[in-house]
Amino acid sequence: MTVLTDILHLLFTANLWQATLAAAVLLLLPALGGVVSERSGVVNIAMEGMMLTGAFFGVVADLAWHNVWAATGVAILAGGMMASIHAVVSIQFRADQIVSGIAINIFAGGLTVFLVNRIYGLQDVGHLGQSDLLPNLNIPGLEQIPFFGKVLFQQNVVVYAALVLLFLTHIVLFRTRLGLRIRAVGEHPQAADTAGINVFMLRYGAVITSGLFSGLAGAFLAIGISNTFVPGMTDGRGYIALAAMIFGKWTPFGAFIACLIFGLGEAIYANNSIIHVSPYLLSMLPYLLTLIVLAGLVGRSTPPAADGLPYVPGSE
Amino acid sequence: MSESSPLAVDMRGITKQFPGVLANNHVDFSVRHGEIHALVGENGAGKSTLMNILYGLIHPDSGEIVIDGKTVHITGPRDAIGLGIGMVHQHFMLIPVFSVGENIMLGREPVTGPDFYDHSHARAAIADLTKSYGLALDPDARMGDLPVGLQQRAEIVKVLYRGANILILDEPTGVLTPQETKELFVVLRDLVKSGKTIIFISHKLKEVLEISDRITVMRRGKVVGHLTTRETNEEEIATLMVGREVLLRVDKKPAQPGAVAMKVEDLTASSDRSVPALKGVSFDLRYGEILGIAGVEGNGQSELMEVLAGTRRATGGRVVLADRDITTMDANTERDAGVAFIPEDRRGTGLVLGFSIAENSILGRERTATFSWHEFVLRLVAIRNWAMRLVKDYDIRTPSIDVAARNLSGGNQQKVIVAREMGSNPKVLLAAQPTRGVDIGAIEFIHRQIVKERDAGAAVLLVSAELDEVRSLSDRIAVMYEGKIVSIEPPDTPEERLGLLMTGGGARAGAA
Repeated sequence: MTVLTDILHLLFTANLWQATLAAAVLLLLPALGGVVSERSGVVNIAMEGMMLTGAFFGVVADLAWHNVWAATGVAILAGGMMASIHAVVSIQFRADQIVSGIAINIFAGGLTVFLVNRIYGLQDVGHLGQSDLLPNLNIPGLEQIPFFGKVLFQQNVVVYAALVLLFLTHIVLFRTRLGLRIRAVGEHPQAADTAGINVFMLRYGAVITSGLFSGLAGAFLAIGISNTFVPGMTDGRGYIALAAMIFGKWTPFGAFIACLIFGLGEAIYANNSIIHVSPYLLSMLPYLLTLIVLAGLVGRSTPPAADGLPYVPGSE
Repeated sequence: MSESSPLAVDMRGITKQFPGVLANNHVDFSVRHGEIHALVGENGAGKSTLMNILYGLIHPDSGEIVIDGKTVHITGPRDAIGLGIGMVHQHFMLIPVFSVGENIMLGREPVTGPDFYDHSHARAAIADLTKSYGLALDPDARMGDLPVGLQQRAEIVKVLYRGANILILDEPTGVLTPQETKELFVVLRDLVKSGKTIIFISHKLKEVLEISDRITVMRRGKVVGHLTTRETNEEEIATLMVGREVLLRVDKKPAQPGAVAMKVEDLTASSDRSVPALKGVSFDLRYGEILGIAGVEGNGQSELMEVLAGTRRATGGRVVLADRDITTMDANTERDAGVAFIPEDRRGTGLVLGFSIAENSILGRERTATFSWHEFVLRLVAIRNWAMRLVKDYDIRTPSIDVAARNLSGGNQQKVIVAREMGSNPKVLLAAQPTRGVDIGAIEFIHRQIVKERDAGAAVLLVSAELDEVRSLSDRIAVMYEGKIVSIEPPDTPEERLGLLMTGGGARAGAA
């Protein structure tokens, strides 16, 4: 009984929801990237690897330059570079997109460990000072609102950026010509091609965008929430983002709701000192939720019709 | 539109070599302004290649293209669209989850502000188009919810929206019901009246004769005839297409029906979507007769065949095969009982595309003593001999019996199935769409084989979307409508009456 009352009590604290939103954003960025990529018809399970790469290069740049903004830029570009490998392999060479994604995730894990050893020897990477981290930003005025002020307006800059990207992605995908074309390419590339739309260019753009988003998430993780790089520090978040994308039926806001649920699981775990349950049990929460989602308990959701199918011009 | 105006399309000496095939061999093809010009030929004759060249999807090795008197170079669909050429593809280029409006606008979307899709502008543009050509469409409907006929209409509007004056329609009636075909023809005539030029690709000769002004016939990459529709007939076109005389009418003696082979009583079954598809079907099928089932596709014919073949479960009623109740038998047991099945989806259920002809030729019979030792080890030599016999007897055009079924033409794939099913000397033959997508020459052959089975005493149940096929082959015609047999008619029933019955009109109470 005490466990339930503990959790209930926890649910009414602003701290929990503040942590929930931050954790959700860490998942939302790669999930949005996944939505864009898969809407264009390229299956992307490589967000994990792109995030990890972004995290690593962000830390390296930050340690070298002590400029967190430049470091964030490097992280974003590193994610984009990883994504462009996926793009070339799956769009140009029409390889199996799942296999390419797995390869990138494994490659990113190996590459970062290798480079950590190469650059920093076998010691750890080193810790960044507070001034080298992505800052928290309290919105003047709004932060004073009781409860919601703390949850919504006392957050890291990346959280605000991610929320802007959430709206932007939704608007671009569903309100603009560009979005219409991206979705057309993901549903029926032949139809798009005969209508004079450049299938390859749009797919490249979408896949690379997913890398940029994931790279930003990597920066948030390593030089925002944390202050160093630890091998494998993404800890499966790219996969949870993948689940959120599917749970959200390939829509930005659907994915966001899913991320909030997963983020809540993580936040409860982070606050485990208040709850008298084994922290190991609590730490399983986000992954358990992922499994339930992927097992299809939330109902079947239909991916874009040409998701995962390479486009061969002139084919039927 | 005077006679002296330059040709709308003039393709001269077009040659295109694909690896191993000369797809177009010095083809001359010209279309006058404001005419409906039919381009006919068998599968692989080079029609599609020629049209894809005109639309810029394929580049010719040599030859020139003159549009409205000007020599042009078409490097891609964009160029073709710019020259006023539009193409309605055989497989629609439509996105089911998009609205009709979005589908039509795609690639030339109206935009406001930075890049916002302009819904109201799109609606207005479509309203304009549909009004001026009399093509009613709801721009906000979801494309996937529309019947095929309306989807095709959307394709036509899409082409018109891009400013096409020359419309290429690739096998436009293949997916349409007779009713929808009629509506399409009205639309095409209206388009011509408003000054459009239409190129109509088809292999349905009746339709070609009905709708076109002139006809170009292709065979094996060459043009073999320029005809004026008014001065020709089906036989002449068919002969040119196939390169020999073709029997369009099925030559058969009157049936000599014997005992009842299969008795179907009040059969009910559900479709894949779990809605009732058969609502109490009853009929007797006799040895030595062909019972044809006519009907607009989707009225339960497919489900009926599958239940009878044992691949779909009946929800009620009985099927009796020579005093044995076979209602609940699976396909394997039914085969043993002497039922053969030519399924309508030849690539999906009729063949294993990756298997060789030899392997495909024994599917369903691989456990019989002829082809296996104790249902365990295949008798490869027996299988090869069997396959070679079928290839010879059924005139399957293939370099060897080891070729994968995937690599055969549609007609030859169908022949493999027909050969396999008839080769088992069935008591009952279930033939669903036996000649769909098959060339005239092969159709003639398959028809003859079906009649031969009948004359040998088999009971044949034929389902076809082609009314002509049902009428010419059947000894009796059962008309299906909404999961029921509404009437059983003699084979010489006028097409009009059958058409009426097929669409739910004119049914007599208590028929069947």
